[in-house]
Amino acid sequence: MSVDARARGRASRPRGPRPTRGYRIFQAVNAVVLTGVVVVTVYPFLTIVARSLSDNAAIVAGRVNLVPRGFNLTAYRVVTSDPAFWVSYRNTVVYTVVATLVSVVLTTCYAYVLSKRHLRGRTALVGVAVLTMFFTGGLIPNYVLVTSLGLKNTVWAIALPNAINVFNLLVMKAFFESLPVELEEAAAVDGLDTYGTLLRIVLPLSKAMVATMVLFYAVSFWNSWFAAFLYMDRQDLLPVTVYLRNLLAGATDATQTGGGLGSANDVVQSAATIQSVTIVLTVLPILAVYPFIQRYFVSGIMLGAVKG
Amino acid sequence: MSETGRSTWRRALRRDWQLYSLAVLPLLFFLTFRYLPMLGNVIAFRRFQPGGSLFGEYWTGLRYFRLFLTDPTFWSVFTNTLVLGALTLLFCFPLPIVLALLLNEVRSRALKRFVQSVSYLPHFLSIVIVAAMVMQLLSVDGTVNQFLRAVGAEPVAFLQQAGWFRTIYVSSEVWQTVGWGTILYLAALTTVDGDLYEAARIDGASRWRQTWHVTLPGIRPTMMTLLILNIGTFMAVGFEKILLLYNPLTYPTADVISTYLFRVGIVSGNLSYAAAIGLFEAVIGLTLVLSANAISRRAVGTSLW
Repeated sequence: MSVDARARGRASRPRGPRPTRGYRIFQAVNAVVLTGVVVVTVYPFLTIVARSLSDNAAIVAGRVNLVPRGFNLTAYRVVTSDPAFWVSYRNTVVYTVVATLVSVVLTTCYAYVLSKRHLRGRTALVGVAVLTMFFTGGLIPNYVLVTSLGLKNTVWAIALPNAINVFNLLVMKAFFESLPVELEEAAAVDGLDTYGTLLRIVLPLSKAMVATMVLFYAVSFWNSWFAAFLYMDRQDLLPVTVYLRNLLAGATDATQTGGGLGSANDVVQSAATIQSVTIVLTVLPILAVYPFIQRYFVSGIMLGAVKG
Repeated sequence: MSETGRSTWRRALRRDWQLYSLAVLPLLFFLTFRYLPMLGNVIAFRRFQPGGSLFGEYWTGLRYFRLFLTDPTFWSVFTNTLVLGALTLLFCFPLPIVLALLLNEVRSRALKRFVQSVSYLPHFLSIVIVAAMVMQLLSVDGTVNQFLRAVGAEPVAFLQQAGWFRTIYVSSEVWQTVGWGTILYLAALTTVDGDLYEAARIDGASRWRQTWHVTLPGIRPTMMTLLILNIGTFMAVGFEKILLLYNPLTYPTADVISTYLFRVGIVSGNLSYAAAIGLFEAVIGLTLVLSANAISRRAVGTSLW
């Protein structure tokens, strides 16, 4: 996708010999609006970080905004010394790795098959996948299925039901279709069978695409919570997203039942710092890889959109 | 005909059996986890017993459908679904277009890229994180209440009041999706023919009129496609986010069909009843996409298929 190239072409498009006064005012207003968008987007992150580093009393007093008040790392110590937090963090890593592996392997296999134009029945195979974008079984039948397959309390309840994302599949299929046919023909002449061609010719050429798929899936599994919330009954199996969700739910209960009582309020308030720390620690890996992944995601979504 | 058909199939299998073998596991996935649940919807017409057959024990006909059509809670969650769906469509569909048009007028490429990269950051966050941030910002000691106190107003327990839920839901939805939504529009904007602007300019069109008569028609196919897709998800309003944000105090405005069926089905165990509600919801959703698609094809010549 030469979006950048096109964007550059667009930037040089003639749109008038000189900006009018009205347009210059618009430019100024536009700059203010866009700055506003940036501020509104970033503000919640900054305030959470500030809260996570602040003193409980300062938060209760409503004095914490962008700057931490009464700087301390107590909440970080509390969270990181909670074994349950680390168990859930490790679970998230394990679930993400396993589910991503399954997803990438299955998606790659099917995308490769679908990219072979000569294949008899290809249209039907594409149809089987695309139809599921428009109609799905729904929550209850899925729940019944996963439960009766005995997947509850295993990583497979997270990995298998969402193994192939059709959007990713189409992106990858488009990529395979763009590879030169001659290479694979040459491989066939040299005596490689289909598996050999895929493993030794196609995949080495597709490293960037496979890496993109790994990121797509890894981010979505890292962020997912509902599957685990549904199918994991045991505390020691929860991913960090559900751990955080339970913290939140606990706080809500406390506000409801505690209503105005000093001691109950203290619980809520300390919960606020703990929550902020957990948010920060959960989101950190995503923020760390974000600068590297967002470009791939952007070209991916456009590739997918072009292919429909 | 069938004779030759079978022999070409046989030939295709002999030649491409390795390719077909690669499709086996993915197909098994689709059949098990996508198509089997579709069939599993028959439990909406049958009595399901936990631990019993996937497809229920015996036929009950339309009993469960009749049950929810006379269920007052169903009608209140149905209304909530429509209201939240409509509000989401009203804000989350046009705002990315506006943002894309504004970004498109930015001269500095570095600035444009910076604003873009920041604005789609929330898209990469877990819905749990978004819900957590919403709760922190709106808590009694949070930013919004600090502001209220600063202007001398009483603090508000936003998340405990049904009257605030829709505002909270829609604005957090905008926060999370607007930047990501601009990507396709910005791509579409680059394909608008530059000569058209030149022609419009020679005809004396102001920039505003150029935008109205050249830019917007230029991205209309993209707009229509995304509109149809948005309408397709109309009924499935942010199930996960609502589940995280709502509480019994906000049920009057927050409870939607999918959260209700979650409580009825999974929390209370009335799986057949919940499946009937889910099937009803899915059929409405499908009808909406199909009709939006048909209308769009007839009216502006753009359709998904």
